[in-house]
Amino acid sequence: MSGPTPYEAVKLARDNGRPTGLDYIHNVFQGFLEFHGDRRYSDDPAVVGGVAWLGSQPVTVIATEKGHTAKDRSRRNFGAPHPEGYRKALRLMKQAEKFGRPVICFVDTSGAYCGIGAEERGQGQAIAENLMELSTLCVPVISVLIGEGGSGGALALALADRVWMLENAVYSVISPEGCASILWKDASKAETAAASLKLTARDARRLGVVEKVLSEQNLGKPAFYRGLGNLLRRELEALSADPELIGKRYARFRAFGTNTLKEQP
Amino acid sequence: MAFLNFLKPKNQLEEGGRTAAPVQEDPGEPEKLCPNCRRSIPVSRLWADHLVCACGHHFRMNARQRIALVADKGSFRELFATVRGGDPLLFPGYPEKAQTARNASGEQEAVICGTALIEGRKTCLFVMEPGFMMGSMGSAVGEKIARLFEYALDRRLPVIGYTVSGGARMQEGLLSLMQMAKTSAAVKRHCDAGLLYIAVLTDPTTGGVTASFAMEADILLAEPGATIGFAGARVVEQTTRKALPKGFQTAEFLLEHGFIDQIAPRGGQTALLGELLRLHIGG
Ligand SMILES: [Zn+2]
Repeated sequence: MSGPTPYEAVKLARDNGRPTGLDYIHNVFQGFLEFHGDRRYSDDPAVVGGVAWLGSQPVTVIATEKGHTAKDRSRRNFGAPHPEGYRKALRLMKQAEKFGRPVICFVDTSGAYCGIGAEERGQGQAIAENLMELSTLCVPVISVLIGEGGSGGALALALADRVWMLENAVYSVISPEGCASILWKDASKAETAAASLKLTARDARRLGVVEKVLSEQNLGKPAFYRGLGNLLRRELEALSADPELIGKRYARFRAFGTNTLKEQP
Repeated sequence: MAFLNFLKPKNQLEEGGRTAAPVQEDPGEPEKLCPNCRRSIPVSRLWADHLVCACGHHFRMNARQRIALVADKGSFRELFATVRGGDPLLFPGYPEKAQTARNASGEQEAVICGTALIEGRKTCLFVMEPGFMMGSMGSAVGEKIARLFEYALDRRLPVIGYTVSGGARMQEGLLSLMQMAKTSAAVKRHCDAGLLYIAVLTDPTTGGVTASFAMEADILLAEPGATIGFAGARVVEQTTRKALPKGFQTAEFLLEHGFIDQIAPRGGQTALLGELLRLHIGG
């Protein structure tokens, strides 16, 4: 098998030239209207959300956004959300539920921001609440990991009925650098850590964490977005018709790791 | 885990933890230095005071000690005791580390689940074990927590949980991360059925456990001085290059910022939990 090594995939996933969340929103959907604010404290520019059309279907779209220019990247905190970002996302998800709209999330974040204000305002609580509420949200949810899937900060937007991943996106419980420095006190062993963590799209597919790995051929080109739009539309149709949606979502996450356990006699 | 060395062997902890053990002053007995007041405390004195120094410092406590302290004598019935994690990613050094943790802690995994009576009221109980890879959450921990909430839902029982965790167990990679979703979904079902969940956050409760079932309780209690947060303080310092505020991520800090209901000193926890259970009869 050729293709990038796990650490090369990490670098590709972090590449500034990759399409960001807003690129997906503007190119996959029509007529995006952005909705701001968490109604509690502020508006987090690292998370964007609102409503849009997917063909004739109104949808709620939410994305982490890293920005393209240096100024925009800084303003958006490089895509690392504060609690307000997660609370805005939750507000929009509950709104989607109220109006019967499916939810589509695009995730590209190194993780929830590790800052003083973020801790003061309950980063852990915000993520936890999203996980709880998403687990029973009564509308279909699809999450697409388009770049970095950084730990709980990514999962808070990815407790979904379907989770898809770009072929060079990564999804990990910890950054390879963080893992290497904790386990081996040596951040330069990130390459080894990346391989050990099984964080590539192919690994995630093998572990059952994602249903689909999306080819990056034509990444960022009209054909790419059109293809993704078609996939989303078809999948949403199937999910919308499923009366067992919530039960299946529960079962999807309930099963993770269970077959890896050993029961001691 | 140096702090385990002064803890009593497991078999002496099973019964009667709540009543103070007789204190025999033995001039040769080991002492423990309190990191807060810098006094040396005889271990027998510390044990009699539930590992709380006279100055109020709460030492870490292992899971069996906590169960002995909080559950009515002899009432604890362990559930899912045989569940333990595998090595799904074939992660370098993980089986050895897990075996060392099993040997050091005497436990199969980083959480103990069961049912117990607290002041005569039946409840499900989970207690995390700091001596097992600092309570990190892999597939086994997630499975036991999820099973306990499902068990409690089936029998309409409350859940009381003591958390202590460094977060998700990185040696199980994405599968550890998924345990945050799995446990949260199980807590939500229990919650939606109108059942009570009380969490007692103890030192330290961080990372993926904070960002999942630790913070999802109806009532959140925390031990004095416990470190509770999402990101580690060192990571926050490195990320922001700012001095951390005084008392950052302590239980008292969380109380001030509105994220917990009460600070619960160890000595009064049983009575507090008993009263909370009485207040939620039928729920
Ligand atoms: Zn002291």
